[in-house]
Amino acid sequence: MNLNQDGATAPAGIPYVRIDRVTKRFGTFDAVRQVSLDIAKGEIFCLLGGSGCGKTTLLRMLAGFEEPTEGSIFIDGVDVTRVPPYERPVNMMFQSYALFPHMTVAQNVAFGLRQDGINKSVADERVREMLAMVQLEGYGPRKPHQLSGGQRQRVALARALVKRPKLLLLDEPLGALDKKLRERTQFELVNLQEQLGVTFVIVTHDQEEAMTLATRIGVMRSGEILQVGSPTDIYEFPNSRYVADFIGSVNLFDGKLVVDEPDHCRIHCEGLGAEVYVAHGVSSAPDATVTVALRPEKIRLGREQPSQPENVVRGIIAGIAYLGDSTRFLVQLSNGTQLQVTRSNIDRHDEHLEYDEVVWASWEANSPVVVSR
Amino acid sequence: MKVRRSPFVLVMLVVGFAFLYLPILSMIVYSFNASRLVTVWDAAHSPTIIWYRELFANDQVLEAARLSLQIAAVSATGAVILGALAAFALVRYRRFRGRSLFGLLTTAPMVLPEVITGLSLLLLFVALGQWTGWPQARGASTITIAHVTFCLAYAVVVIQARLMTVDRSLEEAAMDLGARPWKVFVVITLPLILPAIASAWVLSFILSWDDIVITSFVSGPGSTTLPQLVFSKVRLGVSPDINALATILVGLVSVCVATAGGVMMRTERRRLHDAQTAMGAH
Amino acid sequence: MGIRTYWQQFRSDLGRRWVIGVPYGWLLLFFLVPLLIVLKISFSNVVLAMPPVEPILTWSHDQILQIRVNFSNYTFVLGDRLYLAAFVNSLRVAAISTLCTLLIGYPMAYGIARAPGAWRNVLFLLVALPFFTSFLLRVYAWIGLLSRSGPVNGLLIHLGLINEPVQFLQTDFAVYLGMVYSYLPFMVLPLYSAIEKLDLTLLEAAADLGCRPTKAFFAITLPLTREGIFAGCLLVFIPAVGEYVIPALLGGPDTLMIGRVVWDEFFANRDWPVASALAMVLLLVLSGFVLLLQKVQAQSEEAQ
Repeated sequence: MNLNQDGATAPAGIPYVRIDRVTKRFGTFDAVRQVSLDIAKGEIFCLLGGSGCGKTTLLRMLAGFEEPTEGSIFIDGVDVTRVPPYERPVNMMFQSYALFPHMTVAQNVAFGLRQDGINKSVADERVREMLAMVQLEGYGPRKPHQLSGGQRQRVALARALVKRPKLLLLDEPLGALDKKLRERTQFELVNLQEQLGVTFVIVTHDQEEAMTLATRIGVMRSGEILQVGSPTDIYEFPNSRYVADFIGSVNLFDGKLVVDEPDHCRIHCEGLGAEVYVAHGVSSAPDATVTVALRPEKIRLGREQPSQPENVVRGIIAGIAYLGDSTRFLVQLSNGTQLQVTRSNIDRHDEHLEYDEVVWASWEANSPVVVSR
Repeated sequence: MKVRRSPFVLVMLVVGFAFLYLPILSMIVYSFNASRLVTVWDAAHSPTIIWYRELFANDQVLEAARLSLQIAAVSATGAVILGALAAFALVRYRRFRGRSLFGLLTTAPMVLPEVITGLSLLLLFVALGQWTGWPQARGASTITIAHVTFCLAYAVVVIQARLMTVDRSLEEAAMDLGARPWKVFVVITLPLILPAIASAWVLSFILSWDDIVITSFVSGPGSTTLPQLVFSKVRLGVSPDINALATILVGLVSVCVATAGGVMMRTERRRLHDAQTAMGAH
Repeated sequence: MGIRTYWQQFRSDLGRRWVIGVPYGWLLLFFLVPLLIVLKISFSNVVLAMPPVEPILTWSHDQILQIRVNFSNYTFVLGDRLYLAAFVNSLRVAAISTLCTLLIGYPMAYGIARAPGAWRNVLFLLVALPFFTSFLLRVYAWIGLLSRSGPVNGLLIHLGLINEPVQFLQTDFAVYLGMVYSYLPFMVLPLYSAIEKLDLTLLEAAADLGCRPTKAFFAITLPLTREGIFAGCLLVFIPAVGEYVIPALLGGPDTLMIGRVVWDEFFANRDWPVASALAMVLLLVLSGFVLLLQKVQAQSEEAQ
C-alpha cells in the first residue's frame, strides 16, 4: 500500500506554511540556521534528523514556544512570528502526549474548546465525535493513567485535532509505541489526515516512520535542511553523503572522477579496487574527489561471473544475517573492503550461499548515485 | 533477591526506635501521675487527670496556644505563597538578573543558625522602627514576619522538588490549546503541585508552631507563644502540666500523621491497581 | 498587531516580574538586609541607650559625614579565651553528635529501607513522627528521665550498677544525648531515601561475583549511599553548631556553646555589638564548613 498520496510534487502557488530564513540562536549556538521551507495545504511534511539537528526547535517555533531570532513564519498568509502559542491556529501533539493527569479523557479533549469559550453542550458533542473518530467511545470518564499507551496516543491526537487547527504539529507521534502498534497506527494517522484535510508537520528521528507517513521529507542536520523531497527522491537520489547514510543502509565509496560526460561518468574508487560506471553526469571539475552511494538491495550476488564488463567485483562471503524476508550478506573484497548486500528471499530454494564462498557482486549502471561529500 | 536481614540491623532498629519513643512514652505516663514531683510515682492517687484539668483552666496557656496557632497558620500560608512563587521562578525562569543570589537567598535561611536569624531580624525591626516608625512594638506581627522568612526556605525546597517533576510539556500543551499563562498556572500547574503545597504548609506550620529561639528575639512584651511559655516553665525544672500538654500534642500529631499515612498508602495502592488494569486494557 | 503584541509582551513581563519580585524582595528585606545590619552593628560601640549602639555614620558639627568603624569588638571576641573555647566546644559537640547520629542512624535507615513493603511505610512514618511533635517537649522529656530521682537513675540503682544517683543533668553527656536524640530523624530520613534508591541488582551482581554480604555492604552499599550520608551529616551538624535550646536545658553552666553565648551576650549583657560580632564570626565559620563539605563532596563525586 502506498501511503504517499501525491509523490514528489512541490507545493504550487501560495504556500500554506512559509518558513522564511528562520534562525534560532541559544547563546552562541545556532539551533536552527537560515531555514526556509514552504509547505502546501493538506501535506504531511516530515522533519527527519538525528537528535540535536534542530528539528524539534523548528517545530516549537511553529507552535510558538520559541521565538525565532531572525526570520519570519507565515501560516495561511498571516505573519505569526510573534504570536503567542495560545493565539495560534496551530495545535500540537506532544512526544510524551502531555495529557493532563488530573483531568479525565473527556476533560482533556474538551480543554482547548473550553479555552475558546465554546459552550458546554456544543463542546461535549464535539468531544464525543472526536473520541468516536479515534475509536475511544466510552472512554471519556477515564483518567489518563487508566489507559494503555496506544489509547493515550489517540487521546492526545483527539485533543490536538478537536480545535480543527490549520496546522497539526506532531512530535515523534509514534515513538512511544511498540513496533506492531506503531505499524497499525501509521495507517490510522494517514486515514485521519485524509478525512480531516488538516496539514501535518511531523518531527521524527525514525526514517521508516518518515518514509511511510510523509508526502515530503526534509532531512535536517546541525540546524540546516540538507534535502527536501518525496520519500522516493530522498531514498533514490540523496544529494549528500549524510542523507544517503541516514536513510536506509548504503555502501559509500570515495573516488576520483576519471570521465565526466553529460550522460555518464566513471569514478575510480580506491576502496572498491575498481572503476564505477554511473549512468548520469555530475558536471564537476576533472579529478574531483566524489562519493559513490550504492544501496545494498541494488547489488546482485552470484557464483558465476556475470557477462557485463563494468560494475563487477569479486569477493568472499564474510557474514550472513538471515532476516526472514531478506538475507544480508557481507562480502569481503580482496583489498579488505566490505560490501553490504541484501537479497530478498523470494524463492525458498534460492541459490544457497555459504560462508567463505567466492562470489561476484554486480550492479546496474543506474544504481549508484554520486553524492557530495 | 531474598534480602538477608542481619540480626545486627534488627537490634539497631529496636534500640533506635526505643530510644526515639521511650522519652515520649515517659511523658505520657507521667502526665497521669498525681505527684507534683513528676518523676516520683504516686501510686496511691495515680492515674489522675488533674494536670489536664489544670492545663485547661490556665488562661495563660490557652492564650499562648491560641497565639501560636494563629501565628503558625498565617506564617505557613505566607511562606507557602511566597515559596510557590520563588520555586516557580527558580524552576521555570532559567535566566534573570540576580538569579544566583536569589537561589542562595532561598536556601540560606535553612543553614543559618537560629540565633543569628533571630538576632538579625530583631536588629532590622529596631532599625525599621527608628527610620519609619514601624514596628512601634514587637509582637505577633514581627513574629509572623520572622517565621515566614525561615519557613519560606523549607517551602521552596519542597515545592521546587515537586515542580521539577512536573513535565513542562503539560504547561505547553495547555498554552497550545489556548490557555493564557496565568490560566495555565491555575488550571494545570497548581493542581499538579498541590500535594507539595500541602506538605510545605504542614511543614511550615510545624516549624513555626515549634520555634522558640527566633521567636524569643522578635517577640515583645504582650505576646508569649506556647513554646516561650513552656520554655520559661521548663527552665525552672519539670512541671507536671507540661507532661499533660506534651501528651495532648503527641496525641493530636499521631492522629494526623496516621490519617495522612493511611491516605497516602491507599492512593498508592489505587494507583498501582489502575496501572495494572491499564496494562491489561490494550 | 504590533501594539497588541507589545501589550502582551508587557503583560507577560509584568507577571514574570511579580513572580520573581515578590519573594525576592521579601528575602532581601527580611534576610539579607538584617544580616548587613548585624555586620554594621558589629563595628559599633556600646552605649547606654535604646538601641544600645552608637551609630557608625554621624554628621559632625561642620556637616562632614564621619564614619567611625571600630574593630574592637572583633579583637575582643577573637582575643578572649572564653569565646574561642565556646567556638571550639560547639564544633566538637556538633561533630561528635553528628558521628553518633550517623552510627545509630545508618543501621536504622538500612533496616527500614530493607523492611518488607507494608512495614517500610509504617517505620518511615514512625521516624518522621517525633519531628512533628514539639522539639522543646522532646528535650524536656529528658530532664525528667535524667533527673536524680528519675527513671534512668532508678533503673541503674535497681540493677545494682550504681549505689547512689548519678548527676546526669547539666553535664556534657546530657547535651550529647539531647543532640543525638533530637537530630536522629534528620539523619535517618536522607539516609533512608538514599538506601531505598539503591539498585538491588547491584548487590545480586556482587553476590554472583563471589562477594559476601558484609563485604558487599562496604564495597557497594556504603559508597553508593554517600550522598545520603553527606546530606544527613550536614542536616545534623549545621544546626547543632548553633544550637541553643539543648545546652540551655540539659547542659551545665560550664557547657559553653556559641549559640548560648550569643544569646547571653544579647539578652543578659545587652552587648549588641559583641553579640553581632560573635554572630558574624559564627556565620563565617559555618559558611567555611559548608563550602569545604561541598568541595569534598564534589571531589569524591569526580573520583567516582
